[in-house]
Amino acid sequence: MTEDELINSYPHKHLLGIEGLLPTSINFLLKSSNNYVDYLNNKKNGKLDILKNKICINLFFENSTRTRTSFELAGKKLGADMLNISVGTSSIKKGETLIDTAMTLNAMQPDILVVRHHDAGAVKLLSEKVNCGVINAGDGPHEHPTQALLDALTILKRKKKISGLKIAICGDIMHSRVARSNIHLLNTLGAEVRVIAPATLIPKGIESLGVNIFYDMKSGLKDVDIIIMLRLQLERMSGSFVPSIREYFRFYGLDREKLNFANPDALILHPGPMNRGVEIDSELADDIDRSAIFEQVQMGVAVRMACLKAIIDHKLKAND
Amino acid sequence: MIKKDNPFNSDKKISKKYLLKNGSIIDVIKNRIIKEDLYIKNKVVEKIGKNLSKIVDEDTEIIDCKNLFISPGLIDMRVNISEPGHEHKETIKSASMSAASGGITSLICMPNTIPPIDQPAIIHSIQRKAREVALSKVFCTGCITRNFKGEEICELHLMKQSGAVGFTDGIKSIENTRVMRRALNYAKSFDGLIIQHAEEHNLSANGVVNESETATRMGLKGIPSYAEPMIVERDLWLVKETKCRYHVNHISTKETVEIIRKAKKLGLPVTCDTSPPYFTLNELSLEDYRTFSKLNPPLRGEEDRLSIIEGICDGTIDAISSDHTPQDQDAKRLPFNQAEFGGVGLETLLSLSLNLVKNKYISVEKLLKLLTVNPAKILNLDYGIINEKSEADISVFDLSKPWKINPESFFGKSKNTPFDGMLVEGKNIMTFVRGRLVYRL
Repeated sequence: MTEDELINSYPHKHLLGIEGLLPTSINFLLKSSNNYVDYLNNKKNGKLDILKNKICINLFFENSTRTRTSFELAGKKLGADMLNISVGTSSIKKGETLIDTAMTLNAMQPDILVVRHHDAGAVKLLSEKVNCGVINAGDGPHEHPTQALLDALTILKRKKKISGLKIAICGDIMHSRVARSNIHLLNTLGAEVRVIAPATLIPKGIESLGVNIFYDMKSGLKDVDIIIMLRLQLERMSGSFVPSIREYFRFYGLDREKLNFANPDALILHPGPMNRGVEIDSELADDIDRSAIFEQVQMGVAVRMACLKAIIDHKLKAND
Repeated sequence: MIKKDNPFNSDKKISKKYLLKNGSIIDVIKNRIIKEDLYIKNKVVEKIGKNLSKIVDEDTEIIDCKNLFISPGLIDMRVNISEPGHEHKETIKSASMSAASGGITSLICMPNTIPPIDQPAIIHSIQRKAREVALSKVFCTGCITRNFKGEEICELHLMKQSGAVGFTDGIKSIENTRVMRRALNYAKSFDGLIIQHAEEHNLSANGVVNESETATRMGLKGIPSYAEPMIVERDLWLVKETKCRYHVNHISTKETVEIIRKAKKLGLPVTCDTSPPYFTLNELSLEDYRTFSKLNPPLRGEEDRLSIIEGICDGTIDAISSDHTPQDQDAKRLPFNQAEFGGVGLETLLSLSLNLVKNKYISVEKLLKLLTVNPAKILNLDYGIINEKSEADISVFDLSKPWKINPESFFGKSKNTPFDGMLVEGKNIMTFVRGRLVYRL
């Protein structure tokens, strides 16, 4: 592959994770996403026909509102035929194995499968059994590549760069695929990444992924440019990983006081859905000067359009 | 002036100055004894030096401490106060009186009160009460798990902010390894201290004494001695991984001493304490089914007792605590199987420890480390030493004063000592807390 091709295309059949992607591939996807942001911002623009007559299946084994809707909207904007299959209506509940489901769907000859599954590695397993391109929309606590891309795009839009930024990811690192994908992506693009959480929520060996670990917000947020707050599931807050909601909010919830430890122009991101009063102060979440939480949703559609297009382009090239 | 019939002084308004003359000041940091005067003024040790009589203020009370030792006040790491919840056994006031008479200036209470110390508000209320009593400093440990169930961890960080010096489930081990790992991991995040009572409860269930020939002869159900070290050994795996500070309360067996000695050599952040029964008595004290000798952990064999002494002397054991566990008469005046565990210890802690000096196992200055600066360091307290400008928490004791342990003369509400009638040497004469003479024999 020529250098030019490396910079101007996405060289993989699937998008299963950020780990292992070259900086050129990530930058290509971000550049392409950025073009779609401009396109989406102009309401006069109608549907595109890049994915016309292409079949794209959203296969969600786990509940999701924003990611699934975002992919659906992205596909429709590109002119694709979008199908949604969620676990409640699928044959998985009737006892079908993951691979059988994959084979069945494969027989329908889709062009792209967008898959979310509650088990790490399940999306990769599925991708090995089908002929079409697969986009990972989240597999257990492993990866969520499009979320990392949309976070990066949001940062780029506000800060004009990623390299050299100090970025803190706070909260339930242990169970978070968003954290893992973000760590890979932001490190690849040259940011300094740290994680902040009680030790019960920090998985072993995370420092080898290229992050510094902090157990308190004061030292962790010092000089930070970007704060990515993670959602903490309520069932993990009653004495198992964390003693209580009030203790968690007291020491790890983001409020104005703790935000003051960071740089004065530090930006807050959150992959949603938020637990107001648990990991983030409600008023802070709504402050558009400090928080880009709703902007992220908008970026999400553009990023998913770019990813769908990249996978289709790769498929067309392979068929040539 | 303290009246003769009441040796205690809890009047916070009296701010007097004292000059302790001719005493032997124990320097627990440099392991030495200094024969100098000590001047107490404005709550602190104002000056240490020779012939201070000339420089002290006129209204200073001069106390001759000839042949007496002046030590930092004792810090007792393990006290069951019983208030709130069991005020008929002991109250903060009666425990403070016991402590003051025994030379103890700081006591650390266990969380097994009713309600248990599992949230910041209870710590505040106990400390408020202790300030009213004003005879000793009282610090709290908090529960590790809710209701001591060993399942869900409590608000450890909030409790630490409110003054909890460590976390323990009191008389229960955390049995579930996953929960113990989480507790250590969580406490590590804010440099908390996890304190374990080491006992494999499945093994010790229904046991009342050490499993041995004695138990068999007496027909009592035994607790194997390894029920203790196996929990410590398991925990050390977790300590190795989490690097959390870990302390074992009242260790009693030879094997536990050996395991901790090894762990310290490996540099693990582990500390431990023992209590006077475990280096003073062995299971033979159970004869006649004396329920006052029913303790938890149980009194062990003679070999264990000697190993505990060895551990004290070589520094494996960091601290000596009283393990004060008051029980009312009705809780002990029962068949051995049904009687409650535990013995009182505040008023005998110093004297029984000084026995080790008398028997030439250890020097007085080295021994006092285990009762003062060592527990202070483990608990991150700024006490336990005598320095100029340090808060004047002081015990003045007579190393050779002989006396007979007589529970009827105890100031505490409960009299259940396993040392009833024992002849000992060494007694606390005066106790100062924050420069106030709170007790004088």
